[in-house]
Amino acid sequence: MVQATLSSNWVRMTTRVLTMSLLAFAIFGPITNMLLWAVAEVWYFPYKLPLEYGFSFWERVFRPEGNATEALFSSIWIALLTVVVSLGIAIPAGYALARGKMPFRYLIMLLFLLPQAFPAVAVHMNVARIFYGLDLTGTVMGVVLVHASQGLVFAVWIATAAFAAVDGELEAAARNMGAGRWRTFIDVTLPLALPGIMASAIFVFLISMDEFTGTYFVGAPDVVTLPMLLFTSSMEGNYQIASISSLILLVPSVGFMLFIERFLKADVLAKVGS
Amino acid sequence: MGAILLVAPALLMIGFLFVYPFGYSVVSAFTDNGEGSWHIANFTKAVEFYSKDILFTIVIVSLSTAIIGILAVAIAGYLTLGENKTAVAILKWLYRWPLFIPFIVSAQLMRTFLAKNGMMNNILTSSGIIEPLAAQSYLDWRGIVITFVWKQTPFVALLVAGAMASIDRTTIDAGRIFGASRLRILIELVVPQIATTLMVGLILSYVVMLSVLSVPLMINAQSPTMLTVDMAWRINSYGDYGVANALGIMSYLFTGVVAWFYLRQSLKDKGA
Repeated sequence: MVQATLSSNWVRMTTRVLTMSLLAFAIFGPITNMLLWAVAEVWYFPYKLPLEYGFSFWERVFRPEGNATEALFSSIWIALLTVVVSLGIAIPAGYALARGKMPFRYLIMLLFLLPQAFPAVAVHMNVARIFYGLDLTGTVMGVVLVHASQGLVFAVWIATAAFAAVDGELEAAARNMGAGRWRTFIDVTLPLALPGIMASAIFVFLISMDEFTGTYFVGAPDVVTLPMLLFTSSMEGNYQIASISSLILLVPSVGFMLFIERFLKADVLAKVGS
Repeated sequence: MGAILLVAPALLMIGFLFVYPFGYSVVSAFTDNGEGSWHIANFTKAVEFYSKDILFTIVIVSLSTAIIGILAVAIAGYLTLGENKTAVAILKWLYRWPLFIPFIVSAQLMRTFLAKNGMMNNILTSSGIIEPLAAQSYLDWRGIVITFVWKQTPFVALLVAGAMASIDRTTIDAGRIFGASRLRILIELVVPQIATTLMVGLILSYVVMLSVLSVPLMINAQSPTMLTVDMAWRINSYGDYGVANALGIMSYLFTGVVAWFYLRQSLKDKGA
């Protein structure tokens, strides 16, 4: 009896360890492979590991005239502009949707969801065509606008939730003390909603950093962001450059995953979409 | 009135960057590139040229959605019902990694990992699981499915695990007392209670996979391939917006079918 329990425990333990190892391999295998490519100097078939390791490709990527530095900077610049445009639009909209008595509020919220709910390629190719008539294709502004259309739902929905989570009584207290509407907003409402708004800014920043389809149709070949560089170097078989660009794109994404709980407080999360 | 003014810039932006191009795509699909009379010639041409790809797209996206659903329920189920605290903690730490990895990076990871001489085959041959000669490239439909599942499962699992954590534990405990196995508790007691969340997660994943261009482009751009690649090809090589938009309308329709199914189901649930 004891023997049987022991052996069934052992079987359970082994299955558990095996399943977890398999999952770990499935998740970290591809990532490890990329890390190896990022530091491989020489690696060809039939060798299972790189023959030489080093950072000469990193030097090539990061030297001032290297196109990766330029791609990284244009990615960051475009992402920052996208955050400014999206939040500039989302903060007033979020405040109004959270506080104002809005007719068709539900319908308006749904409208912001649509760019995410329809296949992006089909819309972006037409955006590119419309932009062509307006001389916006191949420009940073054109790319920023396309990125902002993708980020807007996160910006508006999270900003709305952040404003909805602000205690209305605090605003009323400020108004009672004689603060005007604008003063109340700047000194009370906005600071209280700030963590949520920061979270939406980070979301929009990451969406823009990672965006490929819109940049492919609207920006290429003049605007080269990091995903575009990754794509072209991968298609040319230059796996070192592609892996180094992947790694640079991964850092903010994974960093955000580790810190998401700090920025997105439970009370804001509970109000998203409500 | 003031509230409307505050929302107006956001509405204008959506109108200009989504509603207008969306309408444009419909008009362009049913006319000759936005001019002339209405007809369905673009659609007959699209079906004639790309019927294989249309089928391929539906199969790939449906299969991926199904696998994502099963894996997400399994992961979330173990997180909710698992008895070994260490295993639950490890799983919780492990499963989320691909969540914020962009599609284009996932595609690049898999492009090197699943290749004939890639790391997966190397490890399988080194450990004696397969013969070196049996090593084959997975950079075809399987590669696309693997990439989609790898990238999207954590997202659905996260949603589902959240929903499972908030359900009433008494039903689970009741099941336990009556001696039901954990698998049975998961399938018969837990899953029905989180079905709506699971559906929302799966529908979002389905639409996302339907609109990703980088993954099929980087993993399998040969024929048959996915409609997104065909659309890009139609435009970049021929400037043919008519057929590209006809394909686009089809991808709207695939989304529409799923959305309609979801709405009907949720209305039924509310009515019950």
